[in-house]
Amino acid sequence: MNAERAARWLVLASIVGVPLAVAFARWKGPNLHDARVIEIHGQMPGAGGWSPSALRVAVGETLQVRLTSDDVVHGFAIGRLGWPAIDVNPGQVTETSLTFDQPGRYVFYCTRWCGPEHWRMRGTIDVIGSLTDPAEADYPLYMTLDLDLDAAHPATVVPAERPKAERGTSRGPMLGADYLTPEFYRSQSPADAWLSLRSDPALEDLQDMAIWDLVAWIWDRNTTPEALREGERLYRVNCAACHGEGGEGDGVMAPALKSDSLTDFGHATVSPAAFNDPSSMLGASPALLHGKVIRGGMGTGMPYWGPIFSEDQAWAVVDYLWTFQLDRDS
Amino acid sequence: MNGLDLAGLPVVKPMLRSRWPQLLVTVLALGGFVLAIVAGLSGTPVGNRNFSIVVVWIAWWALLILVAVPLLGRGWCSVCPIPAPGEWLQRGAVLGPRRARLGLGRRWPRRLRNIWLQNAAFLLVVLFAAVVLTQPLVTGLLLLSLVLLAGSMSLVFERRAFCRYMCPVGGFIGLYSQLAPLELRVKDTAICAAHRVKTCYTGNADGYGCPWQVFPAGLRKNTNCGLCMECVRTCPYDNIAINLRSFGADLHRPGERRLDEAYKAFIMLGSALVYAAVMLGPWGWLKSVAYAVGGWHWFVYAVAFLVGVLVLLPTAFYLAVRLGHALARSESEPQRSFLHLAYALVPLGLSAWIAFSLGFVFANLSYVWPAVSDPMGWGWNLVGTAGIPWTPYVSRVVPLLQVTVLLAGLTWSVRVAREIAAQVVVGRSTTRAAGLVLPLAGFMFVITILFLWLLV
Repeated sequence: MNAERAARWLVLASIVGVPLAVAFARWKGPNLHDARVIEIHGQMPGAGGWSPSALRVAVGETLQVRLTSDDVVHGFAIGRLGWPAIDVNPGQVTETSLTFDQPGRYVFYCTRWCGPEHWRMRGTIDVIGSLTDPAEADYPLYMTLDLDLDAAHPATVVPAERPKAERGTSRGPMLGADYLTPEFYRSQSPADAWLSLRSDPALEDLQDMAIWDLVAWIWDRNTTPEALREGERLYRVNCAACHGEGGEGDGVMAPALKSDSLTDFGHATVSPAAFNDPSSMLGASPALLHGKVIRGGMGTGMPYWGPIFSEDQAWAVVDYLWTFQLDRDS
Repeated sequence: MNGLDLAGLPVVKPMLRSRWPQLLVTVLALGGFVLAIVAGLSGTPVGNRNFSIVVVWIAWWALLILVAVPLLGRGWCSVCPIPAPGEWLQRGAVLGPRRARLGLGRRWPRRLRNIWLQNAAFLLVVLFAAVVLTQPLVTGLLLLSLVLLAGSMSLVFERRAFCRYMCPVGGFIGLYSQLAPLELRVKDTAICAAHRVKTCYTGNADGYGCPWQVFPAGLRKNTNCGLCMECVRTCPYDNIAINLRSFGADLHRPGERRLDEAYKAFIMLGSALVYAAVMLGPWGWLKSVAYAVGGWHWFVYAVAFLVGVLVLLPTAFYLAVRLGHALARSESEPQRSFLHLAYALVPLGLSAWIAFSLGFVFANLSYVWPAVSDPMGWGWNLVGTAGIPWTPYVSRVVPLLQVTVLLAGLTWSVRVAREIAAQVVVGRSTTRAAGLVLPLAGFMFVITILFLWLLV
């Protein structure tokens, strides 16, 4: 081989060889040899979100996942399973393995506030197989009750001051059994519950405020300190960025929603709901709030949490939301 | 030391005459360059994890401004990968030399035979710097366009028109190469005068005619010599020397001063000031404005920057020259003095760039190890250094180095100003020279204080 030819090969090696080597290394990635190993890249939703965002796996098959971020720090978790979230750092690979024992569509999502559209960073894992524990599909309560989640729900009455469950404790046992069922609690707004109690002849001697305290007491006995703690945790992680730590609808992401800057929604977004406003909050039933949490707010920019929160978690969040209106014993 | 001919050393001479050592370094640099483009275009958008940003703007820049330019002048140009593919196409050979040529081989337009285009190209890059230096994609596109532009120019024009007249980096390397303690010159001009064929310019079987369109016997300063070593190969009389010399020897040659180059001195000094303020300053809003390319805030920034660098800084210097003239009771033309004395800013300019670069290079150098092991930011670990965490190096020493470099630059610039003043304006009168230099020294002092304030 003469010198010129050798030199040309050398040049070719650097101009063509380098990109080819990169492409080969990329292609030869671990998923080539083992179909159950998959590399998932995270990017902010505006830049593409998870890639790939749709996976398929068989029941019982172990999926080795290599997670990395192409931009900022993200987090990885799978909805409704309660597995711990994993940080996904730029330029680093974090490995984890996933095995599903029930078929269905699972949603994986980002757990770090990576941007105003963070909640849109989701992907799906379709787990194929037959159910080992067939159970009838549960419709969410708002569908059973045929609630219109998008209708306004003004409270027909509001208390003069903040109701306190503690003040209702002494009179609580006087209430009829109908008021004490979980069904009553979940299907009634506090304002409706107040009207029902107010019209009850057995309670006609009570002041209006005392009735409100009874409502707070009913609400309180339908939750537990553990549920409230879990609800508070979930609220802080997932809701406070828009609705605010104090439930005033003034979270750090709220201005972005108000400014209509999130054009990806395809329509204007609205300001996040203020949970400390009694005129609308006391007109909503727990079932309505639960529906809004799991279905999301159509046309408002409010994400849907149904595939993320377990049933208990969704109710825990709803329980916690009432602390913005009612003083709880729990 | 002055006059020691490195090319005459028995070890060095064969290495310079052979094309292989230079080619190997160029190809290595080209591989890195291609990887930087690939990483920029398809790697992670996280700057500090992407080879293109880390290796180009930290490692290469550090090597260039802290080592290559101050010590070797245009040493980098001799192995730069940007013009290499175009030059190989133009020559139809990688090693050569061959007579068969590709391309049109046109001469560069006479009116553009200056560095105004390079000045403009540099300003263009600086205006977009906040984006270029942080976004791998933009860096990748910039590098790709440079290599395409260089290639196209090689196919249209003869020799290295891109390097000589267009390269945004080459302009300032040329300016500051005047300070380097290294020069390529002929040993005996009489031999060149008697040599009828001038193979150093036309080329022969041993090498190409000067790609930089320079006749070596006419070389008085480093600016336009790309140290490509072709004349070392083509001179049949072994009449080319690579001399070690004193620092800054070229600044004392009055016949070689030009307005485009003088302006380059202002552009470099002003850009270093703006860079220091934008990149290392505490003003978040300024960073945001510089980053918001295309927005009206950025347009205001761009206009302010251009006016500052191209109008205000030269005007302030011109006023200092006028004041100096008054103090020295000189009747020389102020415009002429302005042109000559602007060269006194060259040492201060380079020291400002060195001081600015010291401010971020050692703080960020540790990003290089992960970027080399995982150039695309895809989680690879090719050489086992992907996990090395960010650690600032010698951070305690850096401010001391910056102060030393800036004060050395100031002293050097004032000395050069005094020599130029004596040389072209006021003659041997030391009192008059002092009068002329006083306002200029004041100007340089203010600039130095500004840098000290911004950097240290």
